[in-house]
Amino acid sequence: MKTAVSQKSLSAGEWPLRYNENMDRKSLVKLTSKGLYCAQGGFYIDPWKPVTRAVVTHAHADHAYRGNGSYLVAKKSEHLCRVRLGDEAKIETVPYGKTLTIDGVKVSMHPAGHVLGSAQVRVEYKGESWCVSGDYKLTPDPTCTPFEPVKAQNFITEATFGLPIYKWRSMDAVFGEVNDWWRQNRERGKASVIFAYSLGKSQRILKSIDPSIGPIFTHGAVERLNEAFRASGVELPATTYVGSVEDKKLFTGSLIVAPPSAQASTWLRRFGPQSTAFASGWMTVRGARRQRAVDRGFVLSDHADWPELMTAINSANAERVYVTHGFSDEVTRYLNEQGIAAEKLTTKFVGDDAPEADDGNIAI
Amino acid sequence: MKKFTQLFVELDRTNKTNEKVEALRAYFAEAEAADAAWAFYFLSGRKPRQIVPAAKLRAWAIEQAGIPEWLYQESRDTVGDSAETIALLLPETDTDFGTPLHILVERDLLPLRGSGDEIQHDAVVEAWSRMDRSQRFVYNKLITGAFRVGVSQQLVMRSLSQLTGVPVDVLAHRAMGEWEPTPQFFGGLIAEHDADEETPIARPYPFHLAHPYEDEIAELGDIAEWQAEWKWDGIRAQIIKRGGEVFIWSRGEDLITERFPEIAEAAAGLPDGTVLDGEILPWAEDRVLPFTELQKRIGRKNLTPKILRDVPVILQAYDVIEQAGADIREAAFATRRSHLETILGGLDHQAIRPTKPIADKSWKALSQTREQSRELGVEGFMLKRLDSPYRTGRHRGDWWKWKIAPMTIDAVLTYAQKGSGKRANLFTDYTFGVWRDGELVTFAKAYSGLTDVEIRKVDKFVRANTLETFGPVRMVKPQLVFEIAFENIQRSARHKSGVAVRFPRIIRQRTDKKIEDADSLSAIHEMLDALQGARDG
Repeated sequence: MKTAVSQKSLSAGEWPLRYNENMDRKSLVKLTSKGLYCAQGGFYIDPWKPVTRAVVTHAHADHAYRGNGSYLVAKKSEHLCRVRLGDEAKIETVPYGKTLTIDGVKVSMHPAGHVLGSAQVRVEYKGESWCVSGDYKLTPDPTCTPFEPVKAQNFITEATFGLPIYKWRSMDAVFGEVNDWWRQNRERGKASVIFAYSLGKSQRILKSIDPSIGPIFTHGAVERLNEAFRASGVELPATTYVGSVEDKKLFTGSLIVAPPSAQASTWLRRFGPQSTAFASGWMTVRGARRQRAVDRGFVLSDHADWPELMTAINSANAERVYVTHGFSDEVTRYLNEQGIAAEKLTTKFVGDDAPEADDGNIAI
Repeated sequence: MKKFTQLFVELDRTNKTNEKVEALRAYFAEAEAADAAWAFYFLSGRKPRQIVPAAKLRAWAIEQAGIPEWLYQESRDTVGDSAETIALLLPETDTDFGTPLHILVERDLLPLRGSGDEIQHDAVVEAWSRMDRSQRFVYNKLITGAFRVGVSQQLVMRSLSQLTGVPVDVLAHRAMGEWEPTPQFFGGLIAEHDADEETPIARPYPFHLAHPYEDEIAELGDIAEWQAEWKWDGIRAQIIKRGGEVFIWSRGEDLITERFPEIAEAAAGLPDGTVLDGEILPWAEDRVLPFTELQKRIGRKNLTPKILRDVPVILQAYDVIEQAGADIREAAFATRRSHLETILGGLDHQAIRPTKPIADKSWKALSQTREQSRELGVEGFMLKRLDSPYRTGRHRGDWWKWKIAPMTIDAVLTYAQKGSGKRANLFTDYTFGVWRDGELVTFAKAYSGLTDVEIRKVDKFVRANTLETFGPVRMVKPQLVFEIAFENIQRSARHKSGVAVRFPRIIRQRTDKKIEDADSLSAIHEMLDALQGARDG
């Protein structure tokens, strides 16, 4: 260990959930043990325990939990949320930019650019305004509506990639590499297996690669979401569910899109000679690429990189910034040093603190 | 530089041995000898003396990136490598750096050593501005140190061997010791025959390394085909006496002759053209001292009469690989062993002595004798097949380390820190505590022993259960119990627990145990007392 630490006695105590000083009882949005709560409107935003009314920013597992009484989501998120939340869930939708009034609280959803239908939730009551941005990115993504800056006094931001080492390259450069990799594998008689989060990242890849190179197959988890994307009006190249293929020779030279959890499974054997790749913002760092033990790491994220975080935070022009999952300590400290009042918000938006962040949950 | 960077990218990209060898082969097939020599030099883990201190590079990167220093440090902790952190933090460029590797090193880099700050600063910043990310990473690595890219020296040799037809063992031998990365050197390395001039008199042989033996011992067959000797825990060394001069090499190919004057003096009495293999040990009153005593000598530039008196050393020699100027590595171990005894029989100096073979006639008897390991301060036995040659590198089958089972205790995870390299941004470096008066006292730090999957689980736990953060160190909720193994245990005034352990590592997580079930410090002190009782008794 490089740094000496003073030895303190430890005891097996419970770790208390931390509440934020500036989110006192008067605050319009506050953090509770169930999630972010707007008492005036009687609803929670992305709650992690069952509540009566949930407003949900997007369909990823750590934001859209099952078991809530009702859901309000952006219109474009409807099909994905239906897949995620089940047939029984009571889902209401609202188009981006339209303002609803819930018990006097103005509520509106604005594109977050993270995945299809992802939204920043803006709430306002008696002159106090908040923007809960959920997960977001500014990089163009052909499968979803681009991020729009939202002005609010209080801005809650993610910080998944909140270090200046994370700077995304142009999508042309990244997909140029992906296409070259696929093409080269095809020439060598190998299948190309790319691991990507099944909701969002997979479809972004499908929409951005050159489908003329060869046939494309998908893992069941991906295919199910492809259907939801197509039902939402996002056109994707033709894909075939791996499980429906009898003749394994068809996989030679093809592209296979699968969730990261498929990496360590016997499921991969059917593809014969293959090259594997992982598509994630974490692939920026060599060590993370080597941990994955894949042949290639493509730097592709649905989260904001460092410059994008700074752009979004600056354009929100908020009086106070709350920083959640990811490198929240670092972003909070940096913003304060830059003269932007910021504080850390300890939420249960999971995964984003860990290198598995982009994997998400394929158990849909 | 472009081609070398491309080679690095290709090596880094794949984890398949064949693809790495192929990438190396393709590079060396095309590279000019002057570039190839430097590429070989860096890829085989060598580095020039520091050209620019790492701290300066860091300061200039911080300046160029326009970030506060603490943010650099956080980034460094996440990336796990300074050269890479700098490459990632610098502003993006889309230029292409075309200078050949040998010109970059010889003309641009080496003269920077010892230049003024401003000259160094301008040269480095200018070079950075003309490179892409990968080139910057490689460039930073060339400046700061060991260029490890997941290729072993073995792989480099294998690719060169495929390319040139020169056997791997011959290449490995030619690349031992000290040499300059010149086109002449590279030409000699891959030449079909050794040049007429004599090989450098200081050049050592590649070491023969053993694997641990973990199966049933009787499966080794007839004990009469084997020699057993105690496995000493010191510094593996090769002692060379040629042309009236003595050279002592460590396994890491450092020339350590001056660190061990007693042994050098003894070796001066060896016949010319002799190379011995053995273990340097701290030794007094006819027994080995703890390894920590030897460490006191290793770190020291200046050997005072006091330290020479306090920590005398000897060489336990176990092999001879050159005799009367002839390479006898192909001779059977039994033959080499008898040469060793003859040579050392004629040497009247206590600082070099042959290891003593164990005379047991059955595996059962040998197993019983092995029980004495701990009191003798050894790690168990070395088993060597009597008809085996002295091989290059690690081989299975001829030499085995047959170690005694380690001591173990159950301890509680108390602090965690992120690892480096492959373990970057994962909490992999752990501190463990044991109980004393209802508190957990730090007892050992361990970095290895868990599988990747287990590391991820612990990493998740650390992130979700951090009580406090001290820079890169997280204090975690005491909840996880691990079984920790270690080789030896000693009293230590420097450690809070009052004991220091050798080679602590994690055996497994004890999910069946609660933190209350972890061991106490007094249990460890009892182990220590028992050990000392055995030694003194």
